[in-house]
This record gives sequence, C-alpha cells and structure tokens, in this order.
Amino acid sequence: MNSLSYRFGLVGAVLLLCCLCLVCGCDRRDDKLAGQGEAGPPVAGDTLIMGSGADAVNLLPVLASDGTSGDINGLVYNGLVRYDKDLNIEGELAERWEISPDNLTLTFHLRQGVRWHDGAPFTAEDVLFTYRLLVDPKTPTAYAERYRQVATAEVLDAYTFRVRYHKPLATALISWAFSVHPRHLLEGVEITKSPLASHPIGTGPYRFVAWQRGEKIVLEANPDYFEGPPYIQRVLYRVIPDASTMFLEMQSGGLDHMGLTPLQYARQTDTPAFRRRFRKYRYPAFAYTYLGYNLHRPMFQDKRVRQALSYAIDKQEIIDGVLLGLGQVASGPYKPGSWAHNSDVPLYRYDPQRARALLAEAGWQDSDGDGVLDRGGKPLAFTIVTNQGNDQRVKAGEIIQRRLSEVGVKVKLRVVEWAAFLKEFINPGNFDATILGWSGGIDPDVYNVWHSSKTGPGELNFIAFQNTEVDQLLEAGRRTFDQKERKRFYDRFQEILAEEQPYTFLYVPESLPVVAARFRGIEPAPAGIMHNFIRWYVPAEEQKYDR
Amino acid sequence: MLLYLFKRLILMVPLLLGITLISFAVIHLAPGEPTDMQTQLNPEVSVELQQRLRAQYDLDQPLMVQYGKWLGRLVRFDFGDSFSQDRRPVTAKIAERLPVTILINVLSIGLILLVAVPIGIFSAVRRNSHFDRLTTIFVFIGFATPSFWLALLLMDVLGVRYGLFPIVGLKSLGYDYLSWSGQILDMLHHLVLPVFVSAFGGLAGFSRYMRANMLEVIRQDYILTARAKGLTEKAVIWKHALRNALLPVITILGLSVPGLIGGSVIFETIFAIPGMGKLFYDGVMMRDYPLIMGILVIGAVLTLVGNLLADLGYALADPRIRHS
Repeated sequence: MNSLSYRFGLVGAVLLLCCLCLVCGCDRRDDKLAGQGEAGPPVAGDTLIMGSGADAVNLLPVLASDGTSGDINGLVYNGLVRYDKDLNIEGELAERWEISPDNLTLTFHLRQGVRWHDGAPFTAEDVLFTYRLLVDPKTPTAYAERYRQVATAEVLDAYTFRVRYHKPLATALISWAFSVHPRHLLEGVEITKSPLASHPIGTGPYRFVAWQRGEKIVLEANPDYFEGPPYIQRVLYRVIPDASTMFLEMQSGGLDHMGLTPLQYARQTDTPAFRRRFRKYRYPAFAYTYLGYNLHRPMFQDKRVRQALSYAIDKQEIIDGVLLGLGQVASGPYKPGSWAHNSDVPLYRYDPQRARALLAEAGWQDSDGDGVLDRGGKPLAFTIVTNQGNDQRVKAGEIIQRRLSEVGVKVKLRVVEWAAFLKEFINPGNFDATILGWSGGIDPDVYNVWHSSKTGPGELNFIAFQNTEVDQLLEAGRRTFDQKERKRFYDRFQEILAEEQPYTFLYVPESLPVVAARFRGIEPAPAGIMHNFIRWYVPAEEQKYDR
Repeated sequence: MLLYLFKRLILMVPLLLGITLISFAVIHLAPGEPTDMQTQLNPEVSVELQQRLRAQYDLDQPLMVQYGKWLGRLVRFDFGDSFSQDRRPVTAKIAERLPVTILINVLSIGLILLVAVPIGIFSAVRRNSHFDRLTTIFVFIGFATPSFWLALLLMDVLGVRYGLFPIVGLKSLGYDYLSWSGQILDMLHHLVLPVFVSAFGGLAGFSRYMRANMLEVIRQDYILTARAKGLTEKAVIWKHALRNALLPVITILGLSVPGLIGGSVIFETIFAIPGMGKLFYDGVMMRDYPLIMGILVIGAVLTLVGNLLADLGYALADPRIRHS
C-alpha cells in the first residue's frame, strides 16, 4: 500500500492462495498441459484463486490495517497515485499533478469519467471527503498522522484537488496513494457502522461480490474500469490458516497462487510435475531482520563492541540455515537495488579474529579463564529477546548465540508472546538486545525509527539511538523533493549506521510467490509480480473455470 | 420440586456474576490491549493517536467502570461490539461460527458412540481375548496420535495422492450452483476427514470407559441371577448388562453439553474450518475483550444449565436429593 506501513509479524506477508478443486459445480478442465506451447493472444475469462492465511477484517481501507484486507482493498479501490513496476510514482485516479516551487502545494488533476462501482461519478469531492475522514478525530484509523501535516485541502473544481502543507514533506505525494472513499455513500454515516466495511464499493479493477466470513471473498472484474477491464474475470480469496494445508491444497490442483515458505521453495517444489504446473518467482522483499542493541546498556555504549558483535556473526550462515539461501545480507535499512540503498558501506563480513581484536581493544578480556570475556569483574553476557511465532527469528538467534560464544560472549535467548514482548520488554526499553524486523517501507524516510526525538515509551527508536548528524540528515531527507539530493542525505545516513552498528543488520528475506502455469503476462519487476495483475490472462484453451 | 428449581435458578445469578467478574479481571491481567495490533511499532501512529484510540474503546477508564458498562449491556442481553477493527456485534460473530462447530461436534460424538460403545462391550465380554488386546492396542495408538499429524497424513494420502476427499473447508467452489441434495452431499463429502480426525482421539477414552463400566456390571449379582435363570448370553449382555452400563455414559454426555460449542484451534486451522475454536483463539490474541467475554459467558451458562439438568435428573430419580 502507500507508505512505510511497517507491518510487523511474520516477515514477508505470506499470501496464501487456495483453490478448490471441486468435482461438482465448476467446469474444470485438465491443467496438465497448462503453460506448454504457445500462448494465444490475451483473452478474458477464468478465475484466479488465491489463498490467504487470515480472513480480512474490515474492507473499509480507512479502518483496515491487516494484510488480507489491504490486498483486497488494493483491487477494489484506487488512490490518486501509485508506485509503478519500477517503484516510481505514477498517476492512478490523478491524471497529472503539479508541485509548487516552494514544495508546499500539490495540485491534482483527476481523471474524468471514472465511476464508482454503483455507477455514481467520481469527483474531487470524494478526495476531499477521504481527507476529512482520515483526520476526523472520531475516525479510529491508524493512518491519520501524515494527513495531519496538511494545512488546507480544497476542491478547485470537480476534477481538481489541491492540498497545502505547513512544511515541505517528501512523502506527501505518495501519501495520496491512499484509497479514495466514496463520499456519496459515507457522508453523514457513523464510519464504524458503515455497511461498506463488509461490502466495499470502490473505483478499482475488481468489484466486490460476496464475503463468507472465515471462508472466502469473491471479486469480479469491473468491465468499466478506467484502465480497461481486467482479463481475469474473477478473483477468489480463500482463507486457509495453515501453511501446510495450503501447500497440500495447491498440490491437489486447486490452488492458483500462494506464497511459499523457504523450505517449500527449496525442498518441496523441485519435482518435474510441480514445475510443469506452476511457476515460482523470487525477489527481495521490502523488509529486513536485525539484531538491535539497547544503547542504554553500558556494555553496548562502546561502538567497538557493537562492531565486534557484527563481525562475529556470520550473516550468510544465517541466510543459508534459516532461509535456505533465499535471502541476502542486509547492510542497512534499505533494500539492495532500491534507489536509496548505498552499496559502498562495509558489510561486516564474518571475521572472528577482528571481532576478538576489537573486543580486546575495548577492554574485554577473559581474565578468569571461564571462556567468557569480562571487564572490571563483569562478564560480557546479555539476553536477546524476540517474539514467539516467528521461527526464523528464533533460529537466527540460536545461530548468533553459538557464533558469539566462540568469541567469548555469553548470550541467552528468550522468546516471548507478542503482546507481552512489546509491553514488558520493548516499550519500556527493558531488554539488552532484540531480534526484530521492519517491513513495508518503500520511501526511505525512516525518521520515526532513527530520529533521537522518537525514543519515548511506545515509540520506534526503542534502542535509543541518538546521533545529531543523523537527526539532521533525516530531517533534511524528509523535507527535500529532489531524489538525487535526497540520496546524498540517505547515503551519508547509511555510512553513519554502518560505522555505529546500532543494529547488526542480518538479512533481507525474499518473497516467494508461486502461480499456476496457465496464467500469462506476468512480468517480475522491482515491485513484485502483482503490479500488472489486470493484464494477466489465461489462453482460451487453458481456461479452467467457467464461473 | 418447583421450589427446588427456583432456588437453583436464583443461586445461578450470583454464581454467573462471580464467573464474569473473575474472567474479566483475569483477561485484563494479560499484557497488551486490543488497539496494540493497530498501533504498536507502527511509524504512522503517534502516541497521541494511540491515546485517542484507547479512549474510543473506553480503555482509558478504570477497570471497574469498564466492567460496569459491560455488565450493564449484558443484562440487556447485549454482548457489545467486537474490539477488532470490524466492530461487528459479538453475537453476530458467534452466530456465524456456532452452527459449523455444533454440527462437527454432534457428528463426532455420534461417531464416537457408534464405534466406542460396541468396542467397549466386546472388549469387556471377551476380556483378555485377542479382540480385546487388539482393540486395546488400536485404541491407545489412537489416543497417542497427535490429531494434526493424522490430519496432515490423511490429507496428503487420501486428499492429494488419491483425490478421494476434499481437504479444505466445508463447501466446494461451486457449492452455490448445486441442487439442494447436491449441497448436502458436497458438505458430507467435506465432513468425512474432519469428523473422522476429531472423533479418532476421543475413541480411546470412551471405549475404555465403556469397557470398565461393563466389566463392573457383569460382575454384579443380578447378572449372575439372570444367567442362573437360564437366559441366553445375548439377552444377559444386551438387555440386562448394557442398560446399566450405559447409565454413567449418559451422565458424561450431559456434561459434554458446554463442549458442543467449543472447538479446537489446531483442528480448525488445519482443515480451514471457521469454527468457535479459531474465533476464540484469534479473539484472545487480539485482546478482543467483548468477544472473549461473550464466549466465556455462553460457556458458563451452558455449564451451569448442564449441571442443573444433571441434578434435576438425579432429583427425579432419587427422592433423597429432592428433599434434602
């Protein structure tokens, strides 16, 4: 979706797609030959069945914050702008826009002739209404923050919308990727009681058909979609909470699309039969996993100690062991290959000699011969906490534990249930070190995670990283619009992080989607595979479902 | 008798109040709040916004005030709206999960009875025979088999390899297009694996229980008398012994009434069946207080009513209880 909605939980949203292979009802043809031979020209038809690990919660985008609701809302609603396949910003409901020379005013010129799924025309009033909804104190939304930076919002005419900011904000433009809500259906209604929460009406390529809670959500192609009707006529989300069940269901021939685990990708899908029926894709996710040090703890205040720990941890070994090689070493908060990433910063390759030397330099020696370094009578020992329910983090912790013990650092690992983990450890800053991950940020503005003003209870700089130069760089970065200029700020920011090692950046996981071979027109790109979903199609002779 | 019933009903009120008070307090002891999922570690949410969201759910008020408000709604038979982001009434969320759970539990108990009762009888009658030993082994294997493992195994073999049974959910993709009878067949087809797996673990306990009861009964003097009268073995076992051996079993069935609305998270997750177990589990993980309380209250009421029914049954059968 729009933004650095750093969503938490299992790294890499597992999109599970499941298809019902049912004898009765759907006219189902043999798919053994799918994907073989020449594909005909794109034609309309067929159904794509996606598996989802969790049911949607609320289909009103302003109230939704879960992954499944976000995926469905992404097909039903449109924003003014969006990321294209190369992650540049392009217009969606906005045809074009102007940014004033002082970077304070954005003027959007909207597409004309766009209609809501119920036939009502889309106008700038809908955009203004969406803005008012987002900043209304009575709306229980998690998205209000960025829109509260807006000084004024006004409708110039039916197809022109203008916002003015107090201060320039680099993420202002992409914040308007947020789904536009229909004013004519929501105005004057108590938003938490709106029927649209279970029956969304948007402008997007797919229209909502039905939702059987805990079972499935059905969407159908919008023949009047302003970018042309999608080829695939129906999209069906099925709720299958268990990853093994989903994988079995896919093998039984029903499933068209799901996200694989590294284990499934590497070990269970390499049969000729599987390759004939499915296509696997892999690309780095917008996420990374790290080991963060609580900088209030005296032992971590010396940066040589943090550097030594980074040298002592073999990141490639973690990737091989935990992700079965399906990931890459993280060097900082940005995805390798994205424009903000600085590829010149040191990677802290595994070097235990150097780690020992740095620790000795910092005064840590094994004076009592027990195998654990100490200084002033205190051993170099700490506890890593991480959350329950994420196996990858726990396994990474075990590997780290072993490598650190080899350089004389004693590490305990503690795994805690999510809510308790936040309340008892992270928010009050009551931890030594933690393994966690951030995900979702496409724009490089990470002010909330690294700025020294964000170290209060419940805020995101919970490791208490404070660096004046970083503060200045982050402030400059979010107030600058020019990408080249911004990159200079963020390059320097990454150099400082690399030197300071407040986190040991561990790995960037990969998204591992698999799609039934009959679907054509898929173009893997930096944005993933879903960016051109409305152009996917199934050749006429391979279509599987008539309805 | 009416007075007894009245007294019992009156007594249930403070009991229920106590249960809700303790449940309410214990739930709030767990760290974390319903708004956490939305606001924690989310860079878009300021501390001020977090406070505003908390206020919308009354979470900023003292616990007793929250309890009072909740209780005020309960006496009007209103469980309130869920704290999850869909804000739907708790009753609606429970109502859409309940039929599936009850259906599976009833079928599963039926299957257990159908299989476990004969096994128990035969094992008892032919004690220490090959049949007894074989079923003992079988039953204990069943007892020791983790249901998720059995489920995955059956799904892989019967569902994927041989394609005999659907493995996910309760309805097929084209369910809505089927005829009335087709829909029933389709649902039964989907129910085979889930019901088998959920019954499998229960077989062991029940058949052992049946066997023990039967052994107890056939040692009684009136069985000896029946045999002495020259009745056939068939008549002795099926008429005289079985009736008496079944009595405690019926008591157990009565006590399992509250269990009818309970589901198993693991089992429902594996078969992707939207039942009560998953609803409750997700509610707990999200700290969805009204939903948790709603399910607990229904469970508590059913337990109290089940107990009352059992006691009434005894009272009907035994005058001593009635008058004491």
